[in-house]
Amino acid sequence: MTDIIKASLPGLPRRHAAERRFQLYGKLAITLALGFLVVMIGMIGVSSIGAFTQTQIALSINFDADSLDPDGTLDPATLAQANYGSLVKAALREAFPQVKGRRDMRKLYGLVSSDAEFTLQNKVAENPALVGTTGKFWFVASDDVDQLAKGNIDASLPETSRRISDKELGWVEQLRTSGDVQRVANVSFFTSGDSREPELAGILSAVVGSALSLLVCFVLSFPIGIMAAIYLEEFAPRGRWSDLIEININNLAAVPSIVFGLLGLAILLNTFGLPRSTPLVGGMVLALMTLPTIIIASRASLRAVPPSIREAALAVGASEVQTAFHHVAPLALPGMLTGAIVGMARALGDTAPLLMIGMVAFIVDIPASILEPATALPVQVFLWADSPERAFLEKTSAAIMVLLLFLVLMNLAAVLLRKKYERRF
Amino acid sequence: MDQEHIVKSFDQDLNQIESLIIEMGGLVEAQITDAATALKRRDVELGGKVISGDKRIDALESDIDQAVVRILAQRQPMAQDLRAVVVAPKIASNLERIGDYAKNIAKRTSVLAKTEPIGSSAGTIKRMCALVQDMVKDVLNAYVSRNAETADDVRMRDEEVDQMHNTLFRELLTYMMEDPRAISPCMHLLFIAKNVERMGDHTTSIAEQVHYMVSGEIFDEERPKSDTTSTTFIEPDAAE
Amino acid sequence: MSAYALQEADTEVMAAAKPETEPLIAARNVNVFYGDKQALFDICLDVPEKQVTSLIGPSGCGKTTFLRCLNRMNDLIDICRVTGDITIGGKNIYDPDVDVVALRAQVGMVFQKPNPFPKSIFENVAYGLRINGLVDSKGELKDAVERALTQAGLIDEVHDRLEAPGTSLSGGQQQRLCIARAIAVEPKVILMDEPCSALDPIATARIEELIDSLREKFTIIIVTHSMQQAARVSQQTAFFHLGYLVEYGATDTIFTAPSDERTESYITGRIG
Ligand SMILES: Nc1ncnc2c1ncn2[C@@H]1O[C@H](COP(=O)(O)OP(=O)(O)OP(=O)(O)O)[C@@H](O)[C@H]1O
Ligand SMILES: [Mg+2]
Repeated sequence: MTDIIKASLPGLPRRHAAERRFQLYGKLAITLALGFLVVMIGMIGVSSIGAFTQTQIALSINFDADSLDPDGTLDPATLAQANYGSLVKAALREAFPQVKGRRDMRKLYGLVSSDAEFTLQNKVAENPALVGTTGKFWFVASDDVDQLAKGNIDASLPETSRRISDKELGWVEQLRTSGDVQRVANVSFFTSGDSREPELAGILSAVVGSALSLLVCFVLSFPIGIMAAIYLEEFAPRGRWSDLIEININNLAAVPSIVFGLLGLAILLNTFGLPRSTPLVGGMVLALMTLPTIIIASRASLRAVPPSIREAALAVGASEVQTAFHHVAPLALPGMLTGAIVGMARALGDTAPLLMIGMVAFIVDIPASILEPATALPVQVFLWADSPERAFLEKTSAAIMVLLLFLVLMNLAAVLLRKKYERRF
Repeated sequence: MDQEHIVKSFDQDLNQIESLIIEMGGLVEAQITDAATALKRRDVELGGKVISGDKRIDALESDIDQAVVRILAQRQPMAQDLRAVVVAPKIASNLERIGDYAKNIAKRTSVLAKTEPIGSSAGTIKRMCALVQDMVKDVLNAYVSRNAETADDVRMRDEEVDQMHNTLFRELLTYMMEDPRAISPCMHLLFIAKNVERMGDHTTSIAEQVHYMVSGEIFDEERPKSDTTSTTFIEPDAAE
Repeated sequence: MSAYALQEADTEVMAAAKPETEPLIAARNVNVFYGDKQALFDICLDVPEKQVTSLIGPSGCGKTTFLRCLNRMNDLIDICRVTGDITIGGKNIYDPDVDVVALRAQVGMVFQKPNPFPKSIFENVAYGLRINGLVDSKGELKDAVERALTQAGLIDEVHDRLEAPGTSLSGGQQQRLCIARAIAVEPKVILMDEPCSALDPIATARIEELIDSLREKFTIIIVTHSMQQAARVSQQTAFFHLGYLVEYGATDTIFTAPSDERTESYITGRIG
C-alpha cells in the first residue's frame, strides 16, 4: 500500500528541482533589488542626517541704547532701522579681542551666519525692553563652522586644502571650550524657503510649491480623467474611432514628460500668456501628463466592475447614465483614486516639465497662491545638487528624503484606499 | 427510440426492469399452460408444482417494484422513460394476478381429480387457457418491441375468451340442473372458467399499459366486452 | 434535418399549442444574429398572461438569447441584431418609439448568478422604486420595500438587518433579494434566467414556491436546465434546440408525452 505514494513518477525529481531553482532565482532577484534600494536610500539617508541639525554659536550681545535708539522713544520704526549687524560684530570683537587686521576681522565676522542680525532685529521687535541690556544669545553658525562641527571638515589636512583656516579653527576651538557651541535640531529647514546660504536654506517653499502644483493637477486631471474614462468605457460606441482614441491615450502615457513641458511653454505661457513659474501652470502641465495615466487606470477599474451589476441596474429600469453613475462609477472609484494617486506621485517626482515652464527659479518666499512663482521639491533637489557649497550636499540628500517620504505617503494612501473600499461583488 | 441515454447506467436500469417483466411473463405463461394441463390430465402432482411455482412470481413482482422505486428516486425519468417506469409495476401486478388465478386453478384440480369429469368442459378450459396464454405471449412481445398495434390487437382478442366463458357457463349450469351430484365439480369448474376469464381481463389491462407506454395516450374508448354471464338465465324446464 | 422541415414543424406546433386566452407576449418570426452567426431562427411563441412559461433546451440553444430579447437586454451587445416582431400587450417592443428604459421597468429580470447591488438590503429594493418615481415619501418607500420583501418571502430573515449589505446574505437569500428588487417596481413580466442554478435544493424549493405564488400577479418566463423544475413550476414549456423552437405546449404533455422526437430525446437524457 505504501508503494502507491512512494512510487516516484518519472521526471518528478527533475520537476521538483526546477521548482526549487525557480524559487531560488526569484529570491535572489528580490534580494538584489532590495539590496540596491537599501544601499541607495541608506546612503542618501546617512548623508542627509546632517541637514536635520544645525550648529549655533553663543555671543554675548550688548544692546547699546545709543546706537539702537538714539531718541529713547523705543519707536518700532526706529528700532527696525537700527544696525544690528554692528552689535553682532561688536560681540565677536569682544569675544576675540586678540583678532586684528581687516582680513582676519572679516573672517571673524564670517563665523556666524548673515542671518544673525535679523535674529537680533526680531528679538528686539518682539521685546523692545531688551534695549540697553546685555545678554547671551545663540546664533546660527556659518556653513563652514557648521560643517566643521559636524566633522565634515578634516582639520588634519594642510591649511590650503580645507575651507577653514587655522585661525578660524582656533576661534571655534575657543568657543567650544567655553561651551559656546551647540548642535540643535534644524527646524528652520522645514520652515523656511531657499537661501544662498546653505545653513539657512529650507524646503518649505518647495514643499508648498509642489503641494499647490499637485492640487491644481488633481483638480484638473481627476474629474476630466474619470469623466473621459466613464464616457469611453460605458457610452462610446466601439469602433474604429474608439480604437484610435484608445491607442492615442496609451501613446500619450508613454510620451516623455519634457514634451508636456514644451507644450506648456508653447501654449500655456506663450499663447495664453499665463504667469511663468507658477504652480498654476506647473499643475496644468502635470495634469496633462497625469491624464492618460488616470484615464487608463480608471478604464481598467471600470472594466473590472462585473457586467452583472450593470445588468442588474438596467433590468430595474435605470437609464445608462444612472447605471454608470449610481452603480458602476462608485464601485470603480477606489481604483480610479488609486490610479490618480499613483499618477500624481509620478507627477510629484517629475522635474523636466517644470523646468520648461520656469519653475526652476530661485524662490525664497513661500508661495501664498497658485499665481505666485514657486518651485517644486524635485526642482529644489536639482538646484541644490548643482550648488558648489559642501553644505548643500546634505541639504540635497535631505530634500530627496522628504520627497521620498511624500511619495511613500501617497503610495501608502493609495494602498489604504484600495484596502478600505475594495468591494467583493 | 433506440438511442442510448447519455448516462449508460440508466439504460441498464431500464433494461433490468424490462427483463424482470419478461421473466415474470414467461413464468406466468408456463403457469397457465401447466395449470390447464394438470386440470385436463387430472394431474395432481403437476398442480402442486403450479401452486409452489407462484412464489417465484410474487418475488419477481416485488423485485420490479423495488427497481421502479429506485429508478424514480435516482433518475427522475421523463417522457417515454417515465411511462416505461410507471407502467412496469402495473404490468407486474397484472401478471401477478394472472399467476394467482393459475394457482387457484391448480388448487381446484386436486378436488376435481377425485370426481367424474364433466363433459368436455376441461377441454374447453384448456383451449381458453391456450388463448389467454397466447395473448400474454403477444402482449409481452408488444411490450418488448414497443409495438402499440400488437397490444391493441391483443386487447381485442379478449372478446373470444369472454365468449368461450359464456358458453361454458351455460353448459355447466345445464349440467347442474340435470344432476345435483354434479354441482360440486361444476361449481369448481365455473370458478376456474371465471378465473381464466379474469386472466384475459388482466391481459387486456397489460395491453392498455403497453399502449400507453408506447404512445403516451390513455385509452378512453370502451373495450368490446362479451361477458354476458352476469345476465344469463336458464329456465329449469329448458333443460328437460 | 433541413431548416425547411423544422419551420414546418414549428408552425404546426404553434397551431396546436395556442393558449385559449389572448397572449400577453407574442413573438413572431424572431431571428437573432450575433454578427454573422444566427442564434435564433424564426421563433414564434405566445406567452399567456399570469402563467409561468419555462424555456428548456440544451446549452447554447438560444434560451438566454430569446429571454434577453424580451426586455431588449440584447441592445447592450453591439454585434447582436434582432429581426421579427415581439409584442407585449399588443405593442411591438422593437418599434422605434419604444423607450427601452420604460420597457425594462415593465419587464423585470432575474439573473443566473444572484447580483445584488453592493449596497444595503433596503437600498437594493428601494433603488428601482426611487429611480422610477414610484413612491412619493420616505414612508411610502419603506412600505413598498417591505411589501416586496414580503412577497419575495425574505422579510422574516432580513427584517432586523435591512441596513446590512445585500452581499452579506446567503446565495439563496441573495437570489430572493434580486427577485424582491425585480417585483418591487411591479413589472408586468418577470424574466428569470436559470435563477436556481447556483442554489441548493432547499433554497431552490423556496424560490419555486415563490414563483408559484408570484404567478397570481406576474407573467413569468423562466429558463431552466432542470427538467423537474420546469415540470414543477411552469404551465407552458417551450423546448429550444439549435436555435429553433422545436416544441411548445402544456407542461404536462411535454414531460409525459412530447410529440417531437428531439424533445423526447432531450428530456429523457439522450441528447444534450
Ligand atoms: N454575446 C454573444 N456574442 C456572440 N455569440 C453569442 C453571444 N451570446 C450568445 N451567443 C451565441 O448564441 C447562441 C445561444 O446562446 P445562449 O446564451 O442564448 O444559449 P443558452 O441556451 O442560454 O445556453 P445556456 O443554457 O448555456 O445558458 C450560442 O451559440 C452562443 O455561442
Ligand atoms: Mg443561458
